[in-house]
Amino acid sequence: MIRNSASAMAEALAKKEITSVELTQLHLDRIDAVDSQVHAFLHVDREGALSQAAAVDAKRAAGEKLGPLAGVPLALKDVMTQKGIPTTAGSKILEGWRPPYDSTVVSNLKANGIVILGKTNMDEFAMGSSTENSAYGTTHNPWDLDRIPGGSGGGSAASLAAFEAPLAIGTDTGGSIRQPAAVTGTVGVKPTYGGVSRYGLIAFSSSLDQAGPCARTVLDAALLHEAIAGYDKKDSTSINAPVPAVVAAAKKLDVKGLKIGVVKELSGDGYQAGVRSRFDEALQELVAAGAEIVEVSCPNFEYALAAYYLIAPSEASSNLARFDSMRYGIRVGDDGNAGAEEVMKITREVGFGKEVKRRIILGTYALSSGYYDAYYGSAQKVRTLIVQDFAKAFAQADVLVSPTCPTTAFKIGEKSDDPLAMYLNDIATIPVNMAGVGGMSLPVGLSPDDGLPVGFQIMSAAMKDDLMYQVGGTLEAALLSKWGAPILSQAPALATK
Amino acid sequence: MALTFNDAIAKYEPTLGLEVHVELNTLSKMFCGCATEFGAEPNTQTCPVCLGLPGSLPAVNGKAIESSILIGLALNCSIAPFSRFARKNYFYPDMPKNFQTSQFDEPICVNGYLDVEIETDEGMKVFRVEIERVHMEEDTGKSLHVGGATGRIHGAEYSLLDYNRAGIPLVEIVTKIIPGTGKYAPQVARAYVTELRDILRSLGVSDVKMEQGSLRCDANVSLAEIGSGKLGTRSETKNVNSLRSVERAVSGEMVRQANRLEKGERIIQETRHFLEESGETRPGRSKEQAEDYRYFPEPDLVPVTPDADWIETLRATLPEKPSLRRKRLKAEWNVPDKEMTSMVNAELLDTVEETVLLGADPTKARSWWLGEISRLANEKEVAPISLITPAQVAEVIALIAFGDLTDKLARQVVEGVISGEGTPAEVIEKRGLKVVSDDSALMVAIEAAIAAQPDTAERIRGGNIPAAGALIGAVMKATGGQADAAKVRELLLKHLGQS
Amino acid sequence: MTAISRDEVAHLAMLARIEMTDSELDHLASEMDVILGAVARVQEVAGQDVPPTSHPLALSNVFRADVVIPSLTPEEALSGAPAKADQRFKVPQILGDAE
Repeated sequence: MIRNSASAMAEALAKKEITSVELTQLHLDRIDAVDSQVHAFLHVDREGALSQAAAVDAKRAAGEKLGPLAGVPLALKDVMTQKGIPTTAGSKILEGWRPPYDSTVVSNLKANGIVILGKTNMDEFAMGSSTENSAYGTTHNPWDLDRIPGGSGGGSAASLAAFEAPLAIGTDTGGSIRQPAAVTGTVGVKPTYGGVSRYGLIAFSSSLDQAGPCARTVLDAALLHEAIAGYDKKDSTSINAPVPAVVAAAKKLDVKGLKIGVVKELSGDGYQAGVRSRFDEALQELVAAGAEIVEVSCPNFEYALAAYYLIAPSEASSNLARFDSMRYGIRVGDDGNAGAEEVMKITREVGFGKEVKRRIILGTYALSSGYYDAYYGSAQKVRTLIVQDFAKAFAQADVLVSPTCPTTAFKIGEKSDDPLAMYLNDIATIPVNMAGVGGMSLPVGLSPDDGLPVGFQIMSAAMKDDLMYQVGGTLEAALLSKWGAPILSQAPALATK
Repeated sequence: MALTFNDAIAKYEPTLGLEVHVELNTLSKMFCGCATEFGAEPNTQTCPVCLGLPGSLPAVNGKAIESSILIGLALNCSIAPFSRFARKNYFYPDMPKNFQTSQFDEPICVNGYLDVEIETDEGMKVFRVEIERVHMEEDTGKSLHVGGATGRIHGAEYSLLDYNRAGIPLVEIVTKIIPGTGKYAPQVARAYVTELRDILRSLGVSDVKMEQGSLRCDANVSLAEIGSGKLGTRSETKNVNSLRSVERAVSGEMVRQANRLEKGERIIQETRHFLEESGETRPGRSKEQAEDYRYFPEPDLVPVTPDADWIETLRATLPEKPSLRRKRLKAEWNVPDKEMTSMVNAELLDTVEETVLLGADPTKARSWWLGEISRLANEKEVAPISLITPAQVAEVIALIAFGDLTDKLARQVVEGVISGEGTPAEVIEKRGLKVVSDDSALMVAIEAAIAAQPDTAERIRGGNIPAAGALIGAVMKATGGQADAAKVRELLLKHLGQS
Repeated sequence: MTAISRDEVAHLAMLARIEMTDSELDHLASEMDVILGAVARVQEVAGQDVPPTSHPLALSNVFRADVVIPSLTPEEALSGAPAKADQRFKVPQILGDAE
């Protein structure tokens, strides 16, 4: 049962073949069995999950109308607040904090009867591509426990690949949903900016952050997308328009007449050979399904990474200023003599990890007087150029595609001392965040050179999220009929306790 | 020998700059739905947003935007077609996010002016104070310092924070530099803040209570030798909490700076704090190093782009300017300058106007409020308006007019009302104060009504009883609602031979 | 790009309120040098004619009605406080004046 898709689980629940309490308990048992190796979870809310499940079962028994995913368990990235449940964003500075409020995503999940199993590991404040920056230890990739599960949402992706949860919530600032999905053989979607409320998402970079669904199939992602998306008056940057019909799009299984734009600048040098070959084969599947392939050029994408590493740290330096030990979180150095200012400095020194401090300092520099125009200001101009590149490309194609990442999962520790090499992981995912458009990663096979999953990225224009689901759903179906079984069936079995 | 104010102005020319912070009186905060009540129990008006909890996001209070635009319009500003919030980044424990959501290079209103009138050696003179900008921001929390010898910031053992005030909408009004005020600089500063306060009050956008901090003034002062054509280094004086303090702070700072310059000392560009007791200023405690606010556009909020329709709709609701209203009332009531100034200074203009609108004679209304009632209010150290209502004062004045009360008896009635014995009628009843108990006073009014409407009277004489309503109404109006309508009817009909 | 000095990094750490040891400052200065060298590329295409984009959405005038919504209880508000007293957040002594 736990290897099923979320929609299959939902169907079994609807037919009363299984109760939500039973389904939840199966997942809690799986977590107990394998999470000591994977370390996807930072906190498992056993009692809370079972009582949510029991509540859904009771409603179902009473014949109440329920959401399509009611009773299905989910893993929540630890960057989302959930009332009364420890929320750390992977940082020591928030150790022990229990928020007094629910994020809008959590409210929506609860309203849909989706059972929250617990909080998943992540790079501290979502800054990283490997979860190695978590203050609470690295998550391991279920495909190879010596490798990274991607980041920042490595915990959410790994929980899906390890069958600890059929659904998960991620957040994506520069690729933190899509890159983990790519390296774990799962599906991850960054919706259009403003499509899902950011209220209760602990901000890394406000103008780039976007929460989205993580799942093992495109349809499951679509179902979760519709459950969490929609206008929220608590988020002034949320879009006040109907959610695109992504579930219907995921079920279309037809791409005839669609134009698929291959972004010239997001392939070639620097991309692993096996990644390229699987990407090309996937394109052929789409051609066979009736799509037309066109090449598009986005010449300014090559500046996206540099602009991103100015904009995101700048906003982060301000967003993370509130962690000062005065109102919540840990407090260090309060010996009765030290002043507030000094205690703040010591707490922030002890509470933040290396990467977070590096980015705070970088962002502080980029915004400081005398450097603003040259750095933050210039990066904002690059952002304009990227928006223009996307506009031109979407005039030529319905969706754009590229490999999600240049490589498959790398070894834990391999890049942790080289920030620039680490940053390159996000080279293909960052442009999407800069322009606020939609992006999806889905698995398109294993790289022949190392046997690890390869991700295929589909990008759609703002509020055209349905198009990426349509193309993703079609491609997934074509590959499934070719493979005969989902890609995760090829993952090595994890030892169970 | 230290220089006096007169010595200072003989040699130096002051330049002023005033920054006024106004707390808007919206029901909810700038960026969240928490209440804004003054004096609530600590931390009872807080939520994830105004506590800066991780994950929370601001949402702009539309009423605060409207109030800001109204202020800009009242100050003759241009309303920016595009304005934005920005983050002002600096750390301070009473600021929950460690940045203040404010406006930087894109404020909502720019380039206005306010004319203020002051009394000079050559009579009343108008100074034009130019406004550079009006922008929106949020207030901080309040800290309480515990322990140490004085309880002041230094020597405190720890501090306690209450965030009820955090996030209350603030509007900051910044003048351009104000040159050429000479020895009148302190009065101009005071007159500007007074006029601004009156405008804000007339707009109904703020409580404008300086003592509660809903109106706060920072005064920038610099001196240069007369005729030098230079601009001196300025100091910024904070903590100026009353109109009188504005005047004292400016003159105190002029004297302090003149004395330093006289000794050949440099003026340091710094923040200073006004000391209410001595009228002097002390230097603020400077931070170890200069801050760099690293402003950037607030990514959690979207731009404010008011269109012309919205602005014009708001402009149409602007009330009469306080300065124009004073001119009008002065003419209507025929009040001498000095009396007018007394009323304004005593903050009784609204009250007197209200009393007059209830039918009282302007001169009498003024003299009651400024005289007897103010005297009693002073004794009790409260505001006159808290003792008695304009309607009650109007009633007493009407009773005098009808001869029911003498001035002496009226004072007893007022005193009775103030000591809580009830309405004027109840006081009269209880104390048995009424002079005239027969119907003669009413008859005077009835005869006046008949004289004014002879036709109606004729119809009543002819038996048209319902026509009496018009005359009864006139009598009621003339007596300020004082008379008993049934009694009026009885007397009227009898007088016209209909009973 | 010119190198970023250790003193400059120390100033940034002061602005960001992060205590740093000398060796940390040295290490960070050399890292910042490399990173800034890489990100300075943005200046190559950031011409005067290019307008800045600070946000991906072209929304404006998003306002909330001036309505009071129930606050947290003081217990909830103070639930995460490292220290509290008299229904207030208790913090080490505050030196220096407010803005």
